[in-house]
Amino acid sequence: MADGRGQVRRRLGLRLWLSAGWLTLLLLAAVLAPWISPKDPLAQDLFLARLPPFWMDGTEPGYWLGTDSLGRDVLSRILHGARVAMTVALVAGTLTCVIGATLGLLAGFLRGWVDMVISRLTDIWMAFPPVLFSILLIAVIGPGLGAIILAIVVIDWTRFARVVRAEAMAQGAMDYVASAQVAGRGRTGTMLVEVLPNVLPLIVVLLTLEMGIAVIVEAILSFVNLSISTDDPTWGGMIAEGRTSVHQAWWVLVFPLITLFLTVLSFSQLGEGLKDRFDPVLR
Amino acid sequence: MRNLSARVRGAPDRLLRDVSLSVAPGEVRGLVGESGAGKSMIGKAVLGILPRAVEVLSGEILLEGTDLLRLAPADRRRRIGATCALIPQDPLTALNPSRRIGPQMTDRLVDILGWSRTKAQGRARDLLAEVQITDPDRVLRQYPHELSGGMRQRVLIAAAFAAEPKLIVADEPTTALDVTVQKEVLRLIADMQARHGTALLFVTHDLGVVSKVCQSLTVLYGGLVVEDAALRDFFPAPAHPYARALLAATPKYTDPDTSLVPVPQEVLDGVQAQVVAADRGWRDG
Amino acid sequence: MQLFRAVILRLLTTAVTLSGVAVIVFVVIRVVPGNPIAMMLPPGATDEDVARLTALYGLDKSIFRQFLIWAGGVLQGDFGTSITTRQPVLGLVLGRLPATLELSVMALVIATVIGGFAAVTGTRLRGTRSEAAIDVANGMALSVPDFLWGLVLILLFGVLWPVFHISGRVTPSIDLPFTTNFYLIESLVRLRPDLWWDIVSHMLLPALALAIPLAAIIGQVLKQSLKETMHLDYVTLSRTKGYSETHVITREALPNAVLPALTLVGVQFTFLIGGTVIIERLFSYEGLGNMAIDAVINRDLPLIQGIVILFAVIFTGVNLIVDLACAALNPRLRHG
Repeated sequence: MADGRGQVRRRLGLRLWLSAGWLTLLLLAAVLAPWISPKDPLAQDLFLARLPPFWMDGTEPGYWLGTDSLGRDVLSRILHGARVAMTVALVAGTLTCVIGATLGLLAGFLRGWVDMVISRLTDIWMAFPPVLFSILLIAVIGPGLGAIILAIVVIDWTRFARVVRAEAMAQGAMDYVASAQVAGRGRTGTMLVEVLPNVLPLIVVLLTLEMGIAVIVEAILSFVNLSISTDDPTWGGMIAEGRTSVHQAWWVLVFPLITLFLTVLSFSQLGEGLKDRFDPVLR
Repeated sequence: MRNLSARVRGAPDRLLRDVSLSVAPGEVRGLVGESGAGKSMIGKAVLGILPRAVEVLSGEILLEGTDLLRLAPADRRRRIGATCALIPQDPLTALNPSRRIGPQMTDRLVDILGWSRTKAQGRARDLLAEVQITDPDRVLRQYPHELSGGMRQRVLIAAAFAAEPKLIVADEPTTALDVTVQKEVLRLIADMQARHGTALLFVTHDLGVVSKVCQSLTVLYGGLVVEDAALRDFFPAPAHPYARALLAATPKYTDPDTSLVPVPQEVLDGVQAQVVAADRGWRDG
Repeated sequence: MQLFRAVILRLLTTAVTLSGVAVIVFVVIRVVPGNPIAMMLPPGATDEDVARLTALYGLDKSIFRQFLIWAGGVLQGDFGTSITTRQPVLGLVLGRLPATLELSVMALVIATVIGGFAAVTGTRLRGTRSEAAIDVANGMALSVPDFLWGLVLILLFGVLWPVFHISGRVTPSIDLPFTTNFYLIESLVRLRPDLWWDIVSHMLLPALALAIPLAAIIGQVLKQSLKETMHLDYVTLSRTKGYSETHVITREALPNAVLPALTLVGVQFTFLIGGTVIIERLFSYEGLGNMAIDAVINRDLPLIQGIVILFAVIFTGVNLIVDLACAALNPRLRHG
């Protein structure tokens, strides 16, 4: 039994490190994209259209992962796409987290009418198909990076609010909270000093998962061509382009897809791994 | 059962140490020991429901001359299903909440023994009447949650006798019940056993219960048989010091006010030494 | 009586939720920049034309009045007229609904079969390497959303090994003799296996993409639930009766393990339906979701409203059905 558990822990540890490694690599790529990209991600050259990746016949030197139907370098576009993806993940993830967690904490700890309003709102939100909702919002706000981030925050705050509310309610029912209040701490003080630290591990896990979701939402929005302007390289835009020419140039779809796949998987594995770390039962 | 040894896979020590015991047709044998002594393990071994982590190292389990352990798993399963039955410990969890009583009592008869449905139904009805359930037809159609705990225990006892098994293992069937119901259930089991002439292996930690229903008993300590005697020989004077101490530690129904005597330390040391000796012999062998 | 009151209460909260959805959608899309009327008219239309059409669609009134007019129509079954196609919204939406329903239900069936199989197999093989392998596969399937699975499936079974169709609902050259839009069902009813196969081979990949994450959730929840059930005495008792492990799991443990899993699966099924929006786009499948995206792009306000409301009705309806199903399946509630 003990051995099996140990093995599971080790495997979890490995997954955690692989995920963190991939995400670090991606973050570096995003920051350094202008300097490490072999080509200009926007430069079109119809004479160099649909070049295959380096190990196949008929390639041009420098175009490692081939080119798309407009002759743009796939690798450079993936590297630049990482900038958008990472910005959305970090900014949208954090904003969603702060807003959702705050509302959830308030609802779960204060109860009463605050809870009723927030819970009713989350119910209404749950009745929207999220993808359709985000597309609708982008149509309203207009394209652009800020719009995407705003759309993600508006849609996904309920994820945090629901879970944090439940957890804050559970923590609020515990004796230590009551004793803190007996000891003369105010409600806000109790919430921030006693309840928040105990809910924090959960929030960190949710945040990690949310970052993965944000990357996907951005990709979906660029896929339906509602993301930031069509020139800027995004993984979703590349996938949309690759989807239409999948029979002629599969690499235009495959490479951004692999990158996106690994990124989403990494965020979620990181979240799951952190959850296990924080879980006192497993520890 | 002869020389049965078992252990948790990979663990150094054995759970059962060369256990031998037998139950003759029509006999009720008590299997006594403190928790962790391996008495439930023996019941499980006989019924082929040992936890996966437990492996049988050596020995044989003979049922009417066939060694169950030598049969292919599927054959063993069917053989046990056709000839053995279990009266489980907790009547509250031993009935499937989503199935009616009738199918739960008759499924073995129909699926394993190939009876017709009507014949099996009739059989279940007769058995319920035998355990003094007043309206068998209604009970057969009911779900477990509609029955009281005592009713459920009766149903389980009746179900155990359904296939006229050769051997029934009763796994502490009274520990989950309160004292008044306990007596009634014991009498019921004893009656049913006498009427059907089934061999019964009665697993319990309560010597008082053994004295009421059993004809012979086996005392276990640390997976080792320390006493194997007929009831009339045991109760006046158990042969093994541990069994003697255990008997002294059992509250007497005739005189409930006598204070409980704990098992003396030197007796425990003695029997522990015996366990160690048995292990030494096993490792060297 | 108590059940009756609970149902009434559920219906009331559902009504409140749906009204909330209606208000939010209505307000949000009125703020949409981009004038739908201008997009309808040919170049060179006069201001007068624009004003006339604006008045025709009621867009010159205040948002509040517009909402009242629209809500009044909705209560009478009139969802307005689509701006791009100039047809009644209700007819358009109901015309597409069967396609999305067939896709969702097919995905649900696939997910239940795969997830149930994984849970039962994992339980049967507990403690072995195979169980660990199933768990890892489950974790993967769970962490990657349907959109990405769809793309992976397109590559695998559309390009690398092209055995299934990757776009559309049916081969365009086929002349369909159908009277309803439930193609899958009607092809069965009319005993046309050729058409049935053509439709299935179009639906299979999008349905699978939707099913994979749900299958993983079903597998996970059901296995956990089974694990708890397997410890109970009646399962042990069933083993001593001579039944095989598979029989014990599927007949004794599974029916009791399904119930706790069902509520969660219901919620997840609404997520699956939400996922049809992008999956239909990805596979050019002519369902509601695809229509919704077109409507947004074309700023077809009445159509967007209609579709979103319909989705919300489906979502809340599924949740309601799941709750009722739970009550119906639980013998304790049925006879209690």
